[in-house]
Amino acid sequence: MNRPSLGLKVAALGGLAFLHIPLLFILLYAFTTEEKSYAFPPPGYTLKWFGVVWGRADIWAAVGLSLKVAAIATLIALVLGTLAAGALARARFFGREPISLLFVLPIALPGIVTGIALRQAFGLMEIPFSFWTIVLGHATFCIVVVYNNAVARLRRLSPSLIEASMDLGADAFQTFRLVVLPNIGTALLAGGMLAFALSFDEVIVTTFTAGQQSTLPIWMLSELIRPRQRPVTNVVAVLVILVTFLPILAAYYLTREGGGARGTNAAGK
Amino acid sequence: MSLATLDLPAPREGVLRRLSDALLRRGQLIVLLLLAPPLLWLGLVYLGSLFVFLGQSIFSIDEFSGTIVREPTTATLIELFRPANFDIVMRTVGVAAAVTLLCALIAFPIAYYAARYAGPRAKAAFYLAVMMPLWSSYLVKVYGWKLLLAKEGAISWFAGRLGLDGALDAWLALPLVGGPSLSVSYTGMVLTFTYLWLPFMILPVQAALERVPASLIEAAGDLGAGPGTTFRSVILPLAMPGVVAGAVFTFSLTLGDYIVPQIIGTSALVLGQAVYTLQGTAGNIPLAAAFSLVPILVMALFLTLAKRTGAFDAM
Repeated sequence: MNRPSLGLKVAALGGLAFLHIPLLFILLYAFTTEEKSYAFPPPGYTLKWFGVVWGRADIWAAVGLSLKVAAIATLIALVLGTLAAGALARARFFGREPISLLFVLPIALPGIVTGIALRQAFGLMEIPFSFWTIVLGHATFCIVVVYNNAVARLRRLSPSLIEASMDLGADAFQTFRLVVLPNIGTALLAGGMLAFALSFDEVIVTTFTAGQQSTLPIWMLSELIRPRQRPVTNVVAVLVILVTFLPILAAYYLTREGGGARGTNAAGK
Repeated sequence: MSLATLDLPAPREGVLRRLSDALLRRGQLIVLLLLAPPLLWLGLVYLGSLFVFLGQSIFSIDEFSGTIVREPTTATLIELFRPANFDIVMRTVGVAAAVTLLCALIAFPIAYYAARYAGPRAKAAFYLAVMMPLWSSYLVKVYGWKLLLAKEGAISWFAGRLGLDGALDAWLALPLVGGPSLSVSYTGMVLTFTYLWLPFMILPVQAALERVPASLIEAAGDLGAGPGTTFRSVILPLAMPGVVAGAVFTFSLTLGDYIVPQIIGTSALVLGQAVYTLQGTAGNIPLAAAFSLVPILVMALFLTLAKRTGAFDAM
């Protein structure tokens, strides 16, 4: 194979730079001394804002709520997604295609449609908005991430392993616990981490399913629309990058042998 | 040599065993039992609420009392074609098309380099370099662009340093793409969207390019095609399904978004904002439902066309 041309190299590296430079600017702005505008270059540098954020109870409350919502939504998605994957990975029956489409729907449709539909449904069922309505909204679109990861792994799991286990006397539950689960464990972990990251970051569906509670993205959105505390927002943005960075990196290494994390087609917001 | 006998524990007895046996005899029952919980939520509650919401597009709103008139009518759907509303639809489709085009242009060289020239290590690095921004926080990424595009922000500063501030002002003075500053213009909105959805274009294009057999390219060369001709008549057609697959993402994600236009954009509404205002302050759920049908129908049309190009194998 011949060498890449200079133009191609420049275009490819330029494109990658385009993907990363805005994140670097956020990092830079966390240290700025400027409070009233987004002036560039920053007039001075300080670590003060990290301390300010540390002492802010409202931000910690929002972080706590986001973490709790993401943890429980991920747990629900793990159970429902694994069940769905177990049913659909090898089964061939009428209606299989529409059902797998149904799992993708919450993420394929614009978030605003899902959000309004759920909001109206909660209204019709007379469920007051609470922590649990946020969790249910998030679990709805997190299922597909777990499902995608689990289905991919289950399809690679040789059926003869399961047959062997049964031949050796294990019943269905033992086979699941001792043979299937250890084999799909890392895929579930990766799916769970991606679901967690997705939920931790979600803002649109949350807008419609949250009552008075403020998750971290909701707090951030209000700051984006009407900036009141720019330096604090700058620091929170950096912290969010760091918090989402780690699970994604971990998910990548967990699914690497299998050709990468299968969640790319499911990240629509 | 004797026959080896496996020293197996006796199969356990009891309720679980009998349940397991019963299930295994009826394979369909297992599938049904596994599917029931997720289907109950997604199929019944989620799909049900979708239908209830979207179904209200055949109702209308009483102009005086502001209440919903629950009689089937096409009036609300026809209202979509009023000039003011139709403008919103066309504007949004226009922005989505521009974003998709820009994404394809920026993504192609990255995908091409990663698919054809990168070794295994470089390929993993490329993959991570695309995945990290993809999974970074959506709002943080939008925030980054707010910082960059601000009047006093980095892009203006760099333009000034490079002596391009005149060009930037001239661009902002243009009627459609311009505005008082980059952060309140279509240019800024399209750039932000392009940034947000770019990874969704890179990954399928790269997957499509990786499936182009090297032998085909060699054959094209053997038959006398120069690099340019090979690219145009062999590589590009084979990469098209990947581009279409990426376009499905970039197009649909732009159609439904209302956060970016709210933060970086002009005062003219796009689809998502229209839905948001209609269901909220305006309280016009029927028209909000009618507007919500637009991206769904546009995407259904898009997907039908995309299916013909074989784009789904590239996802």
